[in-house]
Amino acid sequence: MLKLTYRGGEGMVAWAFHRISGVAIWVFILLHVIDIWLSNVNATLYDDVLAIYASPPGRVGEMLLGAALLYHALNGLRIIVMDFWPPLTHYHRQIWIASWLIFVVVGLPVGYIILKPIWGG
Amino acid sequence: MTASTDVRPAGEPGLPAEAPARDRRHYSPIGRPRPTGGDRAELAAWYLMRLTGLGLFVLALSHFLITHVLFDPANQTAEWIQAHRWESNLWRYVDGTLLVLVVFHSFTGVRTVIQDYVSNGRARAVILVVLVVAGLLLAFLGIWAVTTAPVPPP
Repeated sequence: MLKLTYRGGEGMVAWAFHRISGVAIWVFILLHVIDIWLSNVNATLYDDVLAIYASPPGRVGEMLLGAALLYHALNGLRIIVMDFWPPLTHYHRQIWIASWLIFVVVGLPVGYIILKPIWGG
Repeated sequence: MTASTDVRPAGEPGLPAEAPARDRRHYSPIGRPRPTGGDRAELAAWYLMRLTGLGLFVLALSHFLITHVLFDPANQTAEWIQAHRWESNLWRYVDGTLLVLVVFHSFTGVRTVIQDYVSNGRARAVILVVLVVAGLLLAFLGIWAVTTAPVPPP
């Protein structure tokens, strides 16, 4: 478990990860909307960009994007649940652990499928 | 629907030092407290962040599942997008909705980050204007693509 001096605890780590993953996804959204726009106005250039995404480093980035997206989605749901049903805040640790369980169970097979082509799978 | 003021004082970054240990145990810095200052735009933004978040939970995750797990991005060339992905108008509406939700949600989120870390009023105002312009431009580019991409003849 991460040990942070600033208040610390699960909520603090959840908040930091939420912010980092959110900004990372925003950066990708900037890239992604522009590349999809390119697919319409300059198909050749789009296919060149696609080749970068499909390269081994591109696939690692793709996996990290998926991880950021999944974490941000699960933790966002956790935020909404506790915003609108405050009594559930008493169980914030359990909800935090449950969201990581879902993250691992869903994330591992997805990560495997994304990375598989790197070693020719 | 009331904000969680019973467990988390709104508008405060943390519990006061004299808070009893019981409250401290229940306290968790989760998301932003619901704005209580009477600013209707801020309150609307708070609700819209959660509403678009729910929409994105479904749309963004299913988008990622389809484009990265069920299909391999390596095969989704410009030609493939036009011939398969956007062959039906339904998918253009789905992708257009996803685009609008994600541009609103991500730019509003970055605005929150800017407000937290940029204290200089002038710099903050300039960055916020840049964010709004960039967000609108990005939404325009995306809607342009999703509405005008031709469907190749079969």
